[in-house]
Amino acid sequence: MHLNVLHPGLLTTIQDRGRIGMQQYGVIVSGAMDHFAHAAANLLVGNDKDQPTIEMTLIGATLSFDAPVLLSICGADMSPEIDGIPVPMWRPVWVRAGSVLRLGRAKQGCRSYIALSGGVALPLVMNSYATYLRAGIGGYEGRALQQGDRIGLREVTSLGAAIVQQLQKGAAGSAYYTEKWFVSLEAMPNYRRNPVLRVVEGPEYPCFMEKSRAQLCTTPYRIDPHSDRMGYTLTGEALHLAASLEMLSDSVTFGTIQVPPSGQPVILMADRQTTGGYPRIAQVITADLPVLAQTPIGDRLTFQLVSIEEAQQLLLNEHRDLEYLSLSIRMKYT
Amino acid sequence: MVIIIPYCSMHPLGDSAIIVKFGEVISLDIHTQVTRAAELLRQHPVAGFLECVPAYASLTVYYDSVQLWKAEEKRLKNNQCLTEASAPARRDSPYQIMTEALQKLLGSADSEAAIPMQTVHIPVCYGGQYGEDLEEVAAKNGLTTEEVVAIHSSAEYTVYMLGFAPGFPYLGGMSRSIAMPRKSSPRPLIPAGSVGIAGEQTGIYPLATPGGWQLIGRTPIALFLPEQSPPALLRAGQIVKFYSISSDEYDQWEVTSCT
Repeated sequence: MHLNVLHPGLLTTIQDRGRIGMQQYGVIVSGAMDHFAHAAANLLVGNDKDQPTIEMTLIGATLSFDAPVLLSICGADMSPEIDGIPVPMWRPVWVRAGSVLRLGRAKQGCRSYIALSGGVALPLVMNSYATYLRAGIGGYEGRALQQGDRIGLREVTSLGAAIVQQLQKGAAGSAYYTEKWFVSLEAMPNYRRNPVLRVVEGPEYPCFMEKSRAQLCTTPYRIDPHSDRMGYTLTGEALHLAASLEMLSDSVTFGTIQVPPSGQPVILMADRQTTGGYPRIAQVITADLPVLAQTPIGDRLTFQLVSIEEAQQLLLNEHRDLEYLSLSIRMKYT
Repeated sequence: MVIIIPYCSMHPLGDSAIIVKFGEVISLDIHTQVTRAAELLRQHPVAGFLECVPAYASLTVYYDSVQLWKAEEKRLKNNQCLTEASAPARRDSPYQIMTEALQKLLGSADSEAAIPMQTVHIPVCYGGQYGEDLEEVAAKNGLTTEEVVAIHSSAEYTVYMLGFAPGFPYLGGMSRSIAMPRKSSPRPLIPAGSVGIAGEQTGIYPLATPGGWQLIGRTPIALFLPEQSPPALLRAGQIVKFYSISSDEYDQWEVTSCT
């Protein structure tokens, strides 16, 4: 049972939540840029939250399946079609053998996630399926998918099989079977254009000029074209230190906003290096990273300072939303 | 029991990590505290602990807020059953729970125990095709190439941290007498295993990457081993010593490592 890559899209890679436990060896975390869409896609097909998914960027891929598959598509709207028929997102979809899934240019958002029930047949590398592009390891042969690639599929999970059983009761002869319900908007992150992103103070926040600290949260910053999985470079009011700072290399993480000498901030993303040498003015909260990952180049970001307590409460709320989705699916299909 | 809190400050790095800072400069004393703290955590991983990353003067601890929150909920529920408290119990945030747990761990008597120092000996074929910039480094410092090799390989280097690339060590302890600024035009590709000098730092490239380091030699051993556990030859807190091998020995090494 395989999927075949008929057209690879712009940047299509296998990701999971990332490599945990390896940063002390200089090994980056990688992983899905939008962890919410990745997790939801998995739950919708009866997988655990962190099975590997296929992450597509800006222009999606075209895949064919030589066996029936239970899949879901979450994240950016790339006008997905199965055998030329539009297929809805954020719900389980059962497709027959020989089907062709095509994703086009993103109309909204940047990254789509395809989950397949049972995951994909790929080896774990350092305990993760995430693709480490720069080191050429992990995911599918350590690289973006190319035309002609074939990836082995696994058996649907037992919950997946229960979902399929229900779906098959729908109209026969259509390109695919799906549900009318889908993940509610309230449960999703607040994906939108030109978003406000909540941040907490970074370790070097006190080292910045009062004026710059104020500017960070009042003036918007535009996402520069040179933005990718490693980091989003921003342009806007330059941020300045109050006095020169000899900063030692220190840890950075997903969402760290660092300020190089130019004063133009950079938000570090999934493929960031483990450490950096620039002052860290603030940190985008984990719950808002999915929104950031779906914000296109050219959009303006506005930052809002919140407390750690609030940031953690929001992370907890997200966890609860996903738990609730998982429970709902279990209850509906078993 | 007396709790001795070593000099350290804690600061959140977002909602899922804490930086435990032991000082402001690069110093062996400060770094020993980093290594000790990392070792303590390795032996006694606190609830919610995911991983820790040593740096020059700090240790960053990554943790799972949700897991901690769930444990806290359980604790509060148990307390309510036991004490019949009518007022709502104070709920600590995962950040508070984690900082308290770390302070307790770092202040415990074990934190005074000596950490065994491990020395790793790394063979290097200096000069020639493997160290194209060795002559330049020697000339710049008014030394012969033999003297540069002797100085480079006689020092004991501390691995302060790994970063920048998988398995890449930030080494401290290089003699200033062989220092040399980075190349003004970086090479598009530096072979994996290359040993170089950049300013007053020396290091080894675990992967082929572009770079501006002055190359003085190459090691045949792998620093990054993704199939192994741990996946890196080196770790923070170790001592590194380089020793010179001939190009014949280098070729032999490559052969034996493939069998």
